[in-house]
Amino acid sequence: MTELLWTLFLIVVESLALIVTLLIVVAYLILMDRKVWAAVQMRRGPNVVGPWGLFQSFADFLKFVFKEQVIPDGANKGIFVIAPLVTSVLAIAAWAVVPVADGWAIAKINVGILYLFAISSLMVYGIIMGGWASNSKYPFLSALRSAAQMVSYEVSIGFVIITVLLCAGSLNLNDIVIAQKSGLGSSLLRLPPSFLDWYFIPLFPMFIVFFVSALAETNRPPFDLVEAESELVAGFMVEYSSTGYLLFMLGEYVAITLMCAMTAILFLGGWLPIVDLPPFNWAPGIFWFLGKLLLVFFMFAMVKAIVPRYRYDQLMRLGWKVFLPLSIAWVALTAGVLVAFGWAP
Amino acid sequence: MAAAFFFYLFSALATASAVMVISSRNPVHSVLFLILCFFNAAGLFILLGAEFLAMILVVVYVGAVAVLFLFVVMMLDVDFTELRQGMLNYMPVGGTIGLIVLLELALVAGSWIIDPGSLKSAASPMPTDVTNTEALGRILYTDYIYYFQAAGLVLLVAMIGAIVLTLRHKQGIKRQVIADQVARGPATAIEIRKVKPGQGI
Repeated sequence: MTELLWTLFLIVVESLALIVTLLIVVAYLILMDRKVWAAVQMRRGPNVVGPWGLFQSFADFLKFVFKEQVIPDGANKGIFVIAPLVTSVLAIAAWAVVPVADGWAIAKINVGILYLFAISSLMVYGIIMGGWASNSKYPFLSALRSAAQMVSYEVSIGFVIITVLLCAGSLNLNDIVIAQKSGLGSSLLRLPPSFLDWYFIPLFPMFIVFFVSALAETNRPPFDLVEAESELVAGFMVEYSSTGYLLFMLGEYVAITLMCAMTAILFLGGWLPIVDLPPFNWAPGIFWFLGKLLLVFFMFAMVKAIVPRYRYDQLMRLGWKVFLPLSIAWVALTAGVLVAFGWAP
Repeated sequence: MAAAFFFYLFSALATASAVMVISSRNPVHSVLFLILCFFNAAGLFILLGAEFLAMILVVVYVGAVAVLFLFVVMMLDVDFTELRQGMLNYMPVGGTIGLIVLLELALVAGSWIIDPGSLKSAASPMPTDVTNTEALGRILYTDYIYYFQAAGLVLLVAMIGAIVLTLRHKQGIKRQVIADQVARGPATAIEIRKVKPGQGI
C-alpha cells in the first residue's frame, strides 16, 4: 500500500515538473515565434514587457485570464466550455511519453509512438466541439475545414511513422532514438556515431513529408485555413474570449512543440549528441534534445513568416494526391530494401 | 488493488456512457458519449495487457470513424423526437435481437464456467519474452495471414464500391492542373505581336 502511494506521489511530482517546464518553454517559444516573424518583416517584435520583451507571454497570459468570459446565448454551454479544455489537456497529456533524455519520460510504454499518434488524432475534437458549440456559421465552417484537413494529413503522418518504425524495429520512443546511434555513417563510412546516422538522411523525403504534414496537422501557416484571418476572422475560436481562447492557443502551441519534438525524435536523433566524441557528448541529453526542438521550431517559425497561404483545394491535393502515394511507396521501398539487404532489425 | 479499481472505473464509465448514447436527446451529445465509451474500452484493453489493441482502437475508432460520425450528425438535421414516434413498431424486432444477443452472451459465459478447458485450445497464449505488438504481429502474419489478407480485400472492395457509387464525372468543369501551370514558360504563355503605331490590334 505504501509502495503504491509512493509511486503515485512520484508520478504526480514528475508530471508537475514536466508540465511547469513545458509551459515555460512554450511561453518562450511563442515569444521566439513572434520575434522571428518580426525579424523577417524588419520589425522589432514584442520588446516592452521586461528586458527585450522576455516577459511578454506572461503579460499576455495575465491579460487573458483577467478578461471577461463571454458565452454566447445560443451556445451549447457544456460543450462550449469543455472544448478548450479538451484541446489543451490532450496536448499536454501527449508529453507523458516523450523521452527528453535517455529514459527521461514519465511513462515508458512500449507503444509510445502509437500513443502520440492517437493523441494527435484526437486533437481535432477540441476544434470540432468548439466550432459546433458556438452555434454560429463561421466557427462551424472553420471546424469542418479543420476536421477534413487534420484527418487527411494524419494518414500520411501515419505512413511516415511506419517507415521510421520499420528502420528502428520498435514502437518505444526511447528505442527509436537509440536505434539511431548506428546507421549509415557508422556502418558504411566507419565513423563514430554522429549525425550521419540519424534517420533524416536515409529517409530524407519522409522527413520533408513529415515536416509539411506536421505544419498542416497543427494548423500552422501556410496551412492555417482554420483561422484564416481574411476569410474566417479567428476561425473556430471566434466566439471564445479570455480563458477559453487562452486554452485553445496554449493547446495549439503545445501541439506544435510536440510535433517539433516528434520530428527531433524520429529523424534528428532525439537526445543524441551531434558527434559522439568529447566535448560534444559531455553535454547532457536534454541539452541536445532542446537544441533540436528549437531548431525545428525555428523552421516552423520561418515557414510562417515566408510562405503564403495555400488554397483549400491545393491543400487537399497535396495531402491526398502527393503525400499519400509518396509515403505509401516509400513504406514499400523501405521494407523491400530492409529485407533484401538483411538490415531489418 | 489498483487494477481492480481501474477496472471498475472504466467499466462503470463505459456502461454509463453507453446508456447515455441511446438516451441523450441531442444526437451530437450521443456521438460524444460514444467516443467516451470507446475511450473506456481502450482503458479496459490496457488493463488486459493489450496495449496495441487499445491504441489502435483510439486511432481508428475515435480518431477517424467517430470524426466522420460527428461530421455527418452535425451536418444532418436529425430530429430524434420524430424518430421516437415509431418506436413501438420496431420494439418487437429490436427486442428479439436484444434477446438473442443476451442468450449468446449467456452461452459464452456458461461454457467458460462449465468447461474451462474448451477455451484453452482456441486461444493463443501470450508469450512472455516479446512485447504485445510483436506477439500480435508474429501470429497475424504467420498463422492467420490468409484471413488477414482476406479482410484487407474485403475492405478494398468496400472502398472501391463506395467510390464507384459516389463518383460523378461532371462535364465542363475547369480543373487546376498543377503540372501544366508549372510547365508554362514565356514561350507558351506570351505572344508578342508587332503593333503598328496609331492602329491598335
